[in-house]
Amino acid sequence: MRRLLLFIPLLIAVGIGVFLFAGIGKDPTKLESARIGKPVPEFQLQDLHDPEHMLDTSVFQGQVSLLNVWAEWCPSCWDEHEYLMHLASNEGVRIVGLNYKDQRETAFSFLGRLGNPYETIIFDPRGSLGFDLGVYGAPETYVIDADGVVLYRHVGVVNERVWQEVLLPVFNQAKGNS
Amino acid sequence: MYPELGQLALILALLLSVLLAVVPLAGALTGRDSLQAFARPLASGMFVFTGLAFAILIHAFLVDDFSVAYVANNSNSMLPWYYKFSAVWGGHEGSLLLWILMLTGWTLAVAIFSRRLPSTMVSQVLAVMGMVCVGFFLFIIVTSNPFDRMLPNVPADGQDLNPLLQDIGLIMHPPMLYMGYVGFSVAFAFAIAALINGRLDAAWARWSRPWTTVAWSFLTIGIALGSWWAYYELGWGGWWFWDPVENASLLPWLSGTALMHSLAVTEKRGVFKSWTVLLAIVTFALSLLGTFLVRSGVLTSVHAFASDPERGSFLLMLLGITVVGSLLLYAFRAPVVHVRSRYGSLSREIFLLLNNVLLVSATLLVAIGTLYPLVLDYLDAGKLSIGEPFFNTTFSPLAVATGLLLGAGIFSRWKKTDGGMLARKLLWPLAISLVATAAVMVNYGSFAPWAFAGVFTAIWIAVATLWDLWDKSASRQGRLHGLKRQSRSYWGMVLGHLGVAMVMAGATVVSNYGVERDVRMTPGDSAMVGDYEIVFTDIGERQGANFTAQYGSFNVFLDGKLVTDLHPEKRNYPVGMSVMTEADIDAGLFRDVFVAIGERISDDAWAIRLQYKPLVRWLWLGSLVMAIGGFLAIADKRYRIRVKAEEKQKAQAGNTAPGKPAEASS
Repeated sequence: MRRLLLFIPLLIAVGIGVFLFAGIGKDPTKLESARIGKPVPEFQLQDLHDPEHMLDTSVFQGQVSLLNVWAEWCPSCWDEHEYLMHLASNEGVRIVGLNYKDQRETAFSFLGRLGNPYETIIFDPRGSLGFDLGVYGAPETYVIDADGVVLYRHVGVVNERVWQEVLLPVFNQAKGNS
Repeated sequence: MYPELGQLALILALLLSVLLAVVPLAGALTGRDSLQAFARPLASGMFVFTGLAFAILIHAFLVDDFSVAYVANNSNSMLPWYYKFSAVWGGHEGSLLLWILMLTGWTLAVAIFSRRLPSTMVSQVLAVMGMVCVGFFLFIIVTSNPFDRMLPNVPADGQDLNPLLQDIGLIMHPPMLYMGYVGFSVAFAFAIAALINGRLDAAWARWSRPWTTVAWSFLTIGIALGSWWAYYELGWGGWWFWDPVENASLLPWLSGTALMHSLAVTEKRGVFKSWTVLLAIVTFALSLLGTFLVRSGVLTSVHAFASDPERGSFLLMLLGITVVGSLLLYAFRAPVVHVRSRYGSLSREIFLLLNNVLLVSATLLVAIGTLYPLVLDYLDAGKLSIGEPFFNTTFSPLAVATGLLLGAGIFSRWKKTDGGMLARKLLWPLAISLVATAAVMVNYGSFAPWAFAGVFTAIWIAVATLWDLWDKSASRQGRLHGLKRQSRSYWGMVLGHLGVAMVMAGATVVSNYGVERDVRMTPGDSAMVGDYEIVFTDIGERQGANFTAQYGSFNVFLDGKLVTDLHPEKRNYPVGMSVMTEADIDAGLFRDVFVAIGERISDDAWAIRLQYKPLVRWLWLGSLVMAIGGFLAIADKRYRIRVKAEEKQKAQAGNTAPGKPAEASS
């Protein structure tokens, strides 16, 4: 009987192996989202800069936007921020920020240092909207059309290559439709 | 022509490794000495050819041979020679070759330093190392050949090494880390050999110990270098990010720490054998898992190499064969002994068992936090998010518990410890630690529960360790004589534990009392951070070897006195079109002052990040002290005068309890 117990490590290892195998070939930056093709989930959250002002899904109405999930504690967000600044100021892209599981003060110090590319920032300290969206970790960037429908989800840093090859085609198509 | 020679050398090394995996093992199983005698020459040959391949790759980098795809992707003619050199391991293929070079190096080391071991054991251990080598040679030759050519369209210049990697910390970090990862393969090979021949005894544990300790020491240095590099190079002053790849290096470190302690119990007391051998397998499996996670692209990370499903599948297959094979062997061959309790409920055995429970829990915790996105994704169970908060809140209590246990465990005895004696021993260290912790809190001027717990634990470990040293070094011929009489392995333990205390102190203080400020400054402005006044005096431009930089000048004052000048930079690398922040740091034993330049806000105003980091150096100094402890422990006399003892033991094999061969009941 006791010898059977010695097989437990083997079973655990095989179990982990199955998950690892399933992960191969799936580019983790292209995680599927159950949200694609559906509207942004309903939410009622504060504006980062103005706690009195409540935001809801209407922020996405009327214009094609990028929704960028970021936090001060997320190292990669520091990396991509410069490029977001470039997109907002030089390319005229409308970016809505989702400040994710962060604190107001640290978020402000982040923006103070690196600049603010966001037209509006949704403050989501408990990650509730993030949870509904299926956020897997910051940074993530979503393309959202003028009706507030999620068109695309990108996990990881946005840079020149990702923008030109991945996000811009979706973004332009959405603009063409609206 | 050289690159083709390099490839040929790799293929020859592969053939030698196949022979090494088969011939000595066959000799050991059939009892033919003539076949076993091949083990050492084969190990040497494998190392020589791998070394040759590595030298050829270095040569290709130094002479800018951009016809080699790997060189073209990771180097540039503008790089200074030392970065061309370190660029050899700046990408997937080259770093894998370095990994393999170390694996063959460790194999050679086993061949050289195992002359006193029974020849069947040496043959089996080297054969297992040979099998691991076969897997990795196949991996590099089939999926990741560093010598692939780009012919006939040879690029005029290379794409440059990622600027983040152009740094002294990165020249050192991967080699040290790989030395540690790969070093655990030796403990693994010993465990497999012992399972094959059914001799899981004290001798096996004693042979495994120095190899485990030295691999662990390298891994400690490797992790510390990575943390140090992230601190000054990434430009925002953090020292640990719980990034999947950092976690991948922490996993084998945690289980390797557990293994070191469990090997001690197995050697001294002959118990926990099955557990120890499992830890040896798991530790190496975790090293392989780390390699897999970094190179397969299943997780996103700043460290990850370009993802390639073919490589991922191949590595997973290697990992699978290694793990399933060794765990099957384990399940059939590990001893199932009904140990009559040979130790009391309060004994050093129990303390070390608890230590193992805590360290393994920490390993599981980090593993779950790292792998769970994969698992959830697979199960379609929805997506949760994890980050620093999860690790910080769950890891800290385990670290504190391990530290508190350590302080008490130092005074425990093998077999049975008198509870009253232990309590009396602990009274003074407890009192001293409480007072000292209170003093630290007063010094930093604020109290927080976790800061108190962390600092108290650190001081508790240090006081208990030193108190025990004081007790043990009591001698009629004076204190100095008593101190000299202590063995090197004891000194190794003392340093190892003091190192842990330093790391804990550093981590707690810098997390709780560090100050970070982001301020807008124009030249002439000043700002306070901690007790320091920082004056922004000037900003200018300079030209580097392969970048242009804007660099600021800052004066740092303490109580009105000039302490130092700092010159942080913002560098622009034209080849890769990337911008890097180079922080400047005034380092000190008790505090760092850290200045980094951020965005330009307006014509003359800049966002400046100022940080005051108390005791941050202790993190890396403590790791160094731990590693020195490890190296000291393996320099112990008992590993050198084993020849005679070994013979004696052979003569009376089977007589005494600790030396008794374990029965592989099956």
